[in-house]
Amino acid sequence: MARAVSTQRKLIYTVVAWTIALLIFFPILWTILTSFKTEADAIADPPLFLGFDWTLENYAIVQERSDYMRYLWNSVAIACGSTALGILIAVPAAWSMAFVPGRKTKDILLWMLSTKMLPAVGVLYPIRLILIELGLLDTKGALIFILTLINLPIIVWMLYTYFKEIPGEILEAARMDGASLRSEILYVLTPMAVPGIASTILLNIILAWNEAFWSLTLTTVDAAPLTAFIASYSSPEGLFYAKLSAASTMAIAPILIMGWFSQKQLVRGLTFGAVK
Amino acid sequence: MGRITLDKVRKAFGDVEVIPPLDLTIEDGEFVVFVGPSGCGKSTLLRLIAGLEDVSGGQIRIDGEDATLVPPAKRGLAMVFQSYALYPHMSVRKNIAFPMRMAGLPQDEQDRRIEAAAKALNLTDYLDRRPGQLSGGQRQRVAIGRAIVREPAAFLFDEPLSNLDAALRHGMRLEISELHERLKTTMVYVTHDQVEAMTMADKIVVLQAGVIEQVGSPLELYRAPRNLFVAGFIGSPKMNLLTGADAANRGAHTIGVRPEHLSISTTDGAWRGTVGVAEHLGSDTFLHIHPDSNPSDTMTIRVDGSFTARHGDVVWLTPQEDHIHKFDAEGLRIA
Repeated sequence: MARAVSTQRKLIYTVVAWTIALLIFFPILWTILTSFKTEADAIADPPLFLGFDWTLENYAIVQERSDYMRYLWNSVAIACGSTALGILIAVPAAWSMAFVPGRKTKDILLWMLSTKMLPAVGVLYPIRLILIELGLLDTKGALIFILTLINLPIIVWMLYTYFKEIPGEILEAARMDGASLRSEILYVLTPMAVPGIASTILLNIILAWNEAFWSLTLTTVDAAPLTAFIASYSSPEGLFYAKLSAASTMAIAPILIMGWFSQKQLVRGLTFGAVK
Repeated sequence: MGRITLDKVRKAFGDVEVIPPLDLTIEDGEFVVFVGPSGCGKSTLLRLIAGLEDVSGGQIRIDGEDATLVPPAKRGLAMVFQSYALYPHMSVRKNIAFPMRMAGLPQDEQDRRIEAAAKALNLTDYLDRRPGQLSGGQRQRVAIGRAIVREPAAFLFDEPLSNLDAALRHGMRLEISELHERLKTTMVYVTHDQVEAMTMADKIVVLQAGVIEQVGSPLELYRAPRNLFVAGFIGSPKMNLLTGADAANRGAHTIGVRPEHLSISTTDGAWRGTVGVAEHLGSDTFLHIHPDSNPSDTMTIRVDGSFTARHGDVVWLTPQEDHIHKFDAEGLRIA
């Protein structure tokens, strides 16, 4: 009897879980479907779900009209660059917070996180003006720097949580074995924290890849990443849903594929090391 | 060489002074054991010597040179931790090689020392395994191997055997003593287990609340404890302590008699009592006797394993007068 109840429960949970997952995934699915429709089918009422003439013409037009590869390269450079820079700064920072905490360490951690609550637009003008002044507007370097700063609190927090799980005695053993601070971090701490560092890197590449506010406001042509590429299709010429969808699909495809293959690490990353 | 001198060394965490100014000299080649109840500051003292904690005052000298501000990596000491603290991502071979790699030793010298250490510690077949694939005893041997190969001025052991089961603990105790005989290097060993202290040490340092209660060889401490704390702490089973008329008659506030310095009789003696629990070890039996003068009290006596006594039997105990320890009202030994 108990078994029957639990099977029934399982069925309900499964249906509910699938429904929620489909609801969340639906916009992406719809975008991908729309990208294969003609412009007429895309705005058909009632909407066509699968029964339409599949076409690749949107992709051809998008590729012809704008240089996808350049946007892609900018996205890769900005996402990877800002993550690499962030990790370089965050590893020593998280090390000191986890293993030699001071009286204010907890406060600093919370204060760092609180900067994420600040509406970004509040500092848009100062930053934009500074970049113009320095002649750095629409450069990849500037965007890498800004995104590093924006994601740094999250990177430090995640690494801090992972480092906290490493027993301090092992680092002390390294110190007793004659390791300098650099060797201790390089040969003992980092290899032990590889899973944590990997999820941190993955999550931050995704955050940087998806970032739209700063990349839209601080770039125009040269440094524009894929988010700007999508935005350029909601243009003054009117809305072309099918082409917009094709552009969007092309923009999100790389990160979607990466996310698919690294699901495990991502879940670990998002739960901040709470789940093993 | 490994002569360690602590000169007025003091440690406070915030406002809490865990070790008031303390003087101690550890001679080169000595096996010194810090022993005391948990929280007595023995591990903190070891970590001060290691450099893993900074002193709040005083000076630490290693071979005459001031090491107070020298970082742990540069003190030339090796440490074995309670949790073993092996590098989980490295093979046994790489774990053992790590201190030599840090010191930049040539590869052939590293290999030679690893082979020698592995042979001495029975680890030759495990060199390519990870620590996670080893048993507790093997892990502890790897930790010792890692300490040996750097040929330190002194070894520091922080309760290295407390994670092992009883049988293994005894074996490792012998191995560490053997190692000391062979290397003749200074060893400082922290434990709360007075049996480990008695069996391994050249010199025992008994600590309580950060204060040294007594320093001496195991038998000195056993035969002439300086105060009641040491008398009660060293020796297993514990010394029997009596106050009142028996002590006053002998000109003391408290007297102590060890279990083996009491004789038992079924007919007559100094103190009458009834037998409570009997612990049979085979060779010896420890009888717990409730004296008639104070039945809630328990006195322990060691008798030969062939002696038979049943629960509730009436017996008489007589102390050997020349083995009675006398203490004054402050708990200090009366010479």
